Amino acid sequence: MTSYCKIDHVDKIYTRGSTETCVLKDITLDIEKGEYVSIIGHSGCGKSTLLNIVAGLTDATTGGVILEGKHVDEPGPDRAVVFQNHSLLPWLTVYDNVRLAVDKVFGGKKSRAERDAWTLHNLNLTQMTHAKDKRPSEISGGMKQRVGLARALAMEPKILLLDEPFGALDALTRAHLQDTVMGLHQKLGNTVMMITHDVDEAVLLSDRIIMMTNGPAAQIGEVLTVPIARPRKRLELVTDPAFLKCRQRVLEFLYERHRFVEAA
Amino acid sequence: MNMPVAKSDISASIPSAPTSAVAKIVPLPLRQTAMNTRLRATFVKVVSAVLPPLIMTILLLTAWQLLCMRPGATLPTPTKIWTEAYDLIVDPFFVAGPQDIGLGWRVLVSLQRVAIGYGLAAVFGIALGTLIGQSVWAMRGLDPIFQVLRTISPLAWLPISLAAFRDSQPSAIFVIFITSVWPIIINTAVGIRNIPQDYRNVAAVLRLNHFEFFWKIMIPSAAPYIFTGLRIGIGLSWLAIVAAEMLTGGVGIGFFIWDAWNSSRLPDIFIALAYIGIVGFVLDRIVAGVASIVTRGTSAN
Ligand SMILES: Nc1ncnc2c1ncn2[C@@H]1O[C@H](COP(=O)(O)OP(=O)(O)OP(=O)(O)O)[C@@H](O)[C@H]1O
Ligand SMILES: [Mg+2]
Repeated sequence: MTSYCKIDHVDKIYTRGSTETCVLKDITLDIEKGEYVSIIGHSGCGKSTLLNIVAGLTDATTGGVILEGKHVDEPGPDRAVVFQNHSLLPWLTVYDNVRLAVDKVFGGKKSRAERDAWTLHNLNLTQMTHAKDKRPSEISGGMKQRVGLARALAMEPKILLLDEPFGALDALTRAHLQDTVMGLHQKLGNTVMMITHDVDEAVLLSDRIIMMTNGPAAQIGEVLTVPIARPRKRLELVTDPAFLKCRQRVLEFLYERHRFVEAA
Repeated sequence: MNMPVAKSDISASIPSAPTSAVAKIVPLPLRQTAMNTRLRATFVKVVSAVLPPLIMTILLLTAWQLLCMRPGATLPTPTKIWTEAYDLIVDPFFVAGPQDIGLGWRVLVSLQRVAIGYGLAAVFGIALGTLIGQSVWAMRGLDPIFQVLRTISPLAWLPISLAAFRDSQPSAIFVIFITSVWPIIINTAVGIRNIPQDYRNVAAVLRLNHFEFFWKIMIPSAAPYIFTGLRIGIGLSWLAIVAAEMLTGGVGIGFFIWDAWNSSRLPDIFIALAYIGIVGFVLDRIVAGVASIVTRGTSAN
């Protein structure tokens, strides 16, 4: 009852014509303040749907989400989302993309100069100040995600929602961004809910890993607490028995007990 | 165009920066050759853009000349046009009487008419397109109607417009308006329809209100579509000018053609056609230029 963010018996049924598809079935999850939670599962199991329900972009069919004692019924900047495909507005510069969010969220509370400083501060957190006057089409995929992250952080959300933020990136860029996100989580203490396909990424970043069964009617199959102290170091973890054990558990869940049936 | 050249300039000067004293002499000739290659590049570019159309024009004029030199040819040769319409060609802005003025003046009068008709079409078309694009049902109901209406020739609108307005000036402007408004409406509506869900999600998370959503998401996102409509529209409204000016009489370029036909001044018509073609081309380039400035970044997603 007292948890920071509570996903409470959420069902999601899509109706198209006379056919009903049950995507999510009875999802219940409590997230503590400052916790980093990953959701992992095979493609199409309903991870994005769950994240969108928390964001308020999709309505749950039954059940609901309660954030800091308040029922979530519409999207808002207290649940900032970093989308898989960056979703920056291409006609605005990097700075203006972040500034749009800052102006909207802090329009009445901060002065013009403060908003400018806050925008630059957040670009600085994600190391994107150097490209602030570029347009999204002029920067790389990894940089776009950094800007998306800066925009989300700038809203000072109660919970940060990341939908496969590193999905479209190459391995090196991905590792670099993971380190940035890990550092920021350490520094700012955000509550984060992240969707991922990548087992190593989930273990590296999370306090808890939520493993989802295959759809239709996906459920939470297993919850794994990652008992690795922070700050975590990528290189040291490779040989850490706790890391290997967690990895093993997740892999077993995904590839033995809940194999992706449709995969060719 | 300047970007890559500037970049190579910088990279050329970087290696010379750490080397001391002696290197100071090196940049000068280096930069000069850079200047030279840049000049040469522009020269080549200009020549390759201008030369082919120039050669083709000469070839076509020659062919025309040869074809119309035969006895019994119905159309004048280019040389005949040159001698007979000499005053029209050399001075676009002469005034020799109330009805005897240069074609430059006539084009300006026509442009004024087009500006009013097209301006109205742009404002009305974007506004209506925005409204229609928001509703699936309005789109479904109206799109087929617009698709039919847009194929009607400016000439066909003439009698209806005259019957409705009973005055030549507003009728002429209406003909321009009605010819060019359809593509603007249709393209704007499609642009509004096609706003990516991602942008809507961003707007939702930020809780943009209707007004902010309109100005900060809708219009910029639909801008490439809107400009496609505007570009088709300017072409059509210039196409409609001859039809429109058959009504108004006076001094427009369209009426000039009609008048020249009635008084059998065939060479003058050719000159007027050249004017119309060139002005239409320039108008199209202007709208395209504005579009590429306004939608910079948007289309290259
Ligand atoms: N608007 C919708 N109408 C009907 N079905 C939908 C709709 N949106 C999603 N679905 C279905 O819900 C299921 C879950 O989709 P979702 O996007 O949440 O999956 P996911 O786990 O995020 O997949 P991925 O890992 O590929 O992103 C899919 O089978 C999809 O076909
Ligand atoms: Mg997804």
